[in-house]
Amino acid sequence: MDLAHLIPILVSTVIAATPLIYAALGELVTERAGVLNLGVEGMMLIGAVSAFVVGIKTGSLLLGFAAAMAAATAVSLLFAFLTLSLQTNQVATGLALTLFGIGLSAFVGRGYAGMPIERVPKLDVPGLSDLPVIGPLLFSYDALVYLSLGLFAAVSWFLYRTHAGLRMRATGESPSVAHAIGEPVIAIRYLAVMFGGAMAGVAGAYLSTALTPMWVEGMSSGRGWIALALVVFGTWKPLRVMLGAYLFGGVTVMQLYAQGFGIDVPSEFLSMLPYAATIVVLVLICRDPKTILLNQPASLGKSFHPDA
Amino acid sequence: MSSENRLGALWPFRLEKRPAPSSAMRLASPLIAALAMLITGLIVFTLLGKSPAEAFKVFFIEPVSSSYGIGELLLKATPLTLCALGLALGFKSNVWNIGAEGQLTIGAITGGGVALFLGDSLGHFALPVMLIAGALGGMLWASIPAFLRTRFHTNEILVSLMLVYIAQLLLGYLVHGPWRDPHGYNFPQSKAFAENATLPLLIEGARVNLAYLIALVLALLSWFFSSRSFAGYRMLVAGLAPAAAAYAGFSEKRNIWLALMIGGGAAGLAGLAEVAGPIGQLQPVISPGYGFAAIIVAFVGRLHPIGIVLSALLMSLLYLGGENAQLSLQLPSSITGLFQGTLLFYLLAADLFITFRLRRVVHAAPAVLAN
Amino acid sequence: MSADPAPAVNEMPPRLQLRGISKRYPTVVANDRVDLTVKVGEIHALLGENGAGKSTLMKIVYGVTRPDEGSIEWEGRIVSIASPAEARRLGIGMVFQHFSLFETLTVAENIALAMDEKVKPADLAPRIREVSEKYGLPVDPNRLTHSMSVGERQRVEIVRCLLQSPRLLIMDEPTSVLTPQAVRKLFETLRRLASEGVSILYISHKLDEIRELCDTATVLRGGKLSGKAIPAQESNESLARLMVGSELKECQLKPREPGDIQLELTNLTLPSRDPFGTVLKDINLRVREGEIVGIAGVSGNGQKELLSALSGETLCPHSGMVRICGQPAGLRNPALRRKLGLTFVPEERLGRGAVPPMHLAHNALLTGAGAGMVRFGLVQNRAAREFAKETIAQFKVKCGGELAAASSLSGGNLQKFIVGRETRLTPKVMVVAQPTWGVDVGASLLIRQALIDLRDRGVALLVISEELDELFMICDRIAVIAQGRLTQPLPSSELSIEKIGVLMAGGEAKTAEAADVV
Repeated sequence: MDLAHLIPILVSTVIAATPLIYAALGELVTERAGVLNLGVEGMMLIGAVSAFVVGIKTGSLLLGFAAAMAAATAVSLLFAFLTLSLQTNQVATGLALTLFGIGLSAFVGRGYAGMPIERVPKLDVPGLSDLPVIGPLLFSYDALVYLSLGLFAAVSWFLYRTHAGLRMRATGESPSVAHAIGEPVIAIRYLAVMFGGAMAGVAGAYLSTALTPMWVEGMSSGRGWIALALVVFGTWKPLRVMLGAYLFGGVTVMQLYAQGFGIDVPSEFLSMLPYAATIVVLVLICRDPKTILLNQPASLGKSFHPDA
Repeated sequence: MSSENRLGALWPFRLEKRPAPSSAMRLASPLIAALAMLITGLIVFTLLGKSPAEAFKVFFIEPVSSSYGIGELLLKATPLTLCALGLALGFKSNVWNIGAEGQLTIGAITGGGVALFLGDSLGHFALPVMLIAGALGGMLWASIPAFLRTRFHTNEILVSLMLVYIAQLLLGYLVHGPWRDPHGYNFPQSKAFAENATLPLLIEGARVNLAYLIALVLALLSWFFSSRSFAGYRMLVAGLAPAAAAYAGFSEKRNIWLALMIGGGAAGLAGLAEVAGPIGQLQPVISPGYGFAAIIVAFVGRLHPIGIVLSALLMSLLYLGGENAQLSLQLPSSITGLFQGTLLFYLLAADLFITFRLRRVVHAAPAVLAN
Repeated sequence: MSADPAPAVNEMPPRLQLRGISKRYPTVVANDRVDLTVKVGEIHALLGENGAGKSTLMKIVYGVTRPDEGSIEWEGRIVSIASPAEARRLGIGMVFQHFSLFETLTVAENIALAMDEKVKPADLAPRIREVSEKYGLPVDPNRLTHSMSVGERQRVEIVRCLLQSPRLLIMDEPTSVLTPQAVRKLFETLRRLASEGVSILYISHKLDEIRELCDTATVLRGGKLSGKAIPAQESNESLARLMVGSELKECQLKPREPGDIQLELTNLTLPSRDPFGTVLKDINLRVREGEIVGIAGVSGNGQKELLSALSGETLCPHSGMVRICGQPAGLRNPALRRKLGLTFVPEERLGRGAVPPMHLAHNALLTGAGAGMVRFGLVQNRAAREFAKETIAQFKVKCGGELAAASSLSGGNLQKFIVGRETRLTPKVMVVAQPTWGVDVGASLLIRQALIDLRDRGVALLVISEELDELFMICDRIAVIAQGRLTQPLPSSELSIEKIGVLMAGGEAKTAEAADVV
């Protein structure tokens, strides 16, 4: 395989991985605070439809992204209220959020299917973007791709280098201990869930305005769930989660290019690859239960009631 | 905690644990949720510029005002009941199989495969064999998350969900490729099933078929299983207190396998019932998400067989209402999905009051008063 | 709330004065108009048996819980303590009974979290070392908490409090996790702090300790103030009367010749499934018919792992490592071991020993399937109810009948039900973990007597407990577990608390030294 073939594959990989990075890093923060939000898929769809509709109505993609973040944060707040203030089961509520998101996005997006929207523009860096190999490989993306790297840096810095991050990790470790030493457990968890929501919103917006600039019902097609799997795969560590996202981006892109290389497999089987890969990596990482025990926030998915 | 106090000023109520869970609330909360969903729905209709009374009629009354309509109600309730019965047993025992949609799809493929390739030679036995093949197909698909969870500790939520997409792609491949009807003008669908491979109808002039009776029988069996059998008791303990199940020596693996096999089998049956019933052949899409809606059915039905039978009817009505609203009010049918999600949210919120109650906060006189 | 410097030291007001504190929960009144005064530089005991309301009162002082009524005066000023952070700003520090440390964080990170100034864990290290040297509390700031023994963890908690230079230090049952030697050292530290003017509020139910350490005492019973005392001038009996309302009765163990070996552990070596757990090393033990063998030890030394290997929740590498009534059982699951004649009372009652939302009849079924409660795979509800009813009557379980949910019972009554259930399943071998942990005095007595009755009927019993007094009361022989190793059991009559302390420290002392070196 020569460079001319390889470069577009790598470039598509990075682009395909970008929404996964946003969604997975957002969920990582949520889970680090001890909350399991299975509603990522639903929040992504709400983000996708919001960005698309607002983008078309206002003509501003910036407003579209803002709307996506606001809408996804709003539904994550609903999740937070149910699970944190009303102590509902996190698994059931997360499922409800996903089902709700699928329904709401389909409802809002009616009439927008098939409409064209302008794609998020690429940032052209004069000089650099024209360089051979390096130009297309490093300087041919839209701003969201670069911001996803910034997000990775920010999340890592927050978790491991700031006092607030320490408090959040501690809350996910043991909310009862955190409560006993005076941490506002519920407030911290609210913020973490909302951050996860906002990032899922960005991920969804990226789907409908950059990756495939259009609105289709259920267009996230499992990416929210894959993001959840990536957090496990990345053992709740930002760097590994991001690398996992690129790996999955690669798998997704592979199906598009495989036929071009004369690999004669029905397209359905190629489309199965990301889902099958998700199962395979989950098995690999969960094989030794200690890996999970050592890395998973100890209170993940468990309700906490300050008075109990 | 200080945030508690600040909240106290804005919200003069406090959640307080009841001394014992309220069994009245346990029954009332699905009704409260349904009512809240109805009110929300009417508000949405009004916002969309429709008369709420008219919309209510179109959504909830018209679909069931003919015997054909009743038949449709039961027809759509069939896969919902079947899937939800299986899922509920799992949810009760802490096994979160959310891939019923995939198991349903595989059940349709295996059972449908029997119809397509063995239908003629099996004669009168075609249907029973198809039913068994459908259930086995669903079980086979559910055995993947069961095996991975018991052997590799892999989370069954994500695995069963990923398998939904894989199953749907597999069905797509079959009807686009090897199983496509050669005389079907290139449409991605199989041959229509023969008479002997189609489920008999229950009511003249309606489409509801034998599968609904099977679903009701299974509901009875499932009731007996969970309330009287020791195996059902063991699953319940595993769900309520996993450590107690381990202490008592109830095998976790057996429990997981049992939950997933029952769930997969029931979903597989549901898939077969769709293709051997109203659809009559294999096509790329055989379910509008019954397997996912069944999750809501299971919860709204309190994970109890009778409750599930009833909540499946409610959910079925939402589907019919959505279709009818699309025809007569030009409302999008996706409103059904919106209602389904809302219903589950309301239910979860209402459930809180089973174990908690609201108490007015009597603000204790500030300490300054003392002495 | 601002943290004013301490008022001038002339006519000094008490450091802490509580008046008429009440706290009600839906099902229980935890504190009912309680008064408490702690003077400057005094070690003040808060005494009461389990459930008397001590912990609730301390949580109120530390701002974790808010009182429904009453006032709190701090150094002469009325204050309202809305959060632990506010308590710390006032100068109140607390060492919790179940430690408030995060397992996966380092010592410095743990301490940084509870400091109200934002400090980098790295910058804290020298300050931690300084305080730990000054008070003889060796602690390594960079160690991960989960790798530390309970004694070390307690030092971390104390150092954490001391870094904030507290003027009131609350210690909640601090010695329940310590070896007798470590208790000595802790007392030295506390006396030294008191001499520097720090007030100490010392919560305990151990009378000897209180008489030795404390200047004054406040006694609670059933949430109410039942008396004040100067412990040094009281006897154990008079303090017990204040605490319980009656004399403390003790069980009597009649000498008895033990019979055949019924429970046998041979070279039991087992890695822990929990990454923070203890590895069991080469454990050998024999328990005979008609004897009670006790296992003493500081928690976290392998008790949990040993119990799990005994019950069958963890299977052993070889079947011969555990023998029940002569049968190899190491590879059998709990249900199969029960068929061999083993019954088991776990440490955790709600959620392991009983299913919280299920009623008592169905909780009887949890382990009673073999006793006629299941036939042809079907639950025999009548038999289960009958069994539960009889258990309730025989063990005087206070509850709303056999259809009351397990979660509605008090800790003591639930424990009576579980012990009753396991007793009535006619065991040949019975393993009991922490038989009276958190149980009131009356129920404790009944439970201990039930165990002794079983012994006298020829059952082999193994009791794991952190309460040395209890072990001495009911055991024929006592062994000690330390760092996953078990000593040979010795007759109780040949042992003393000091001697057991030395054995308990077998591992503890080494790790403490290791920590000093680092």
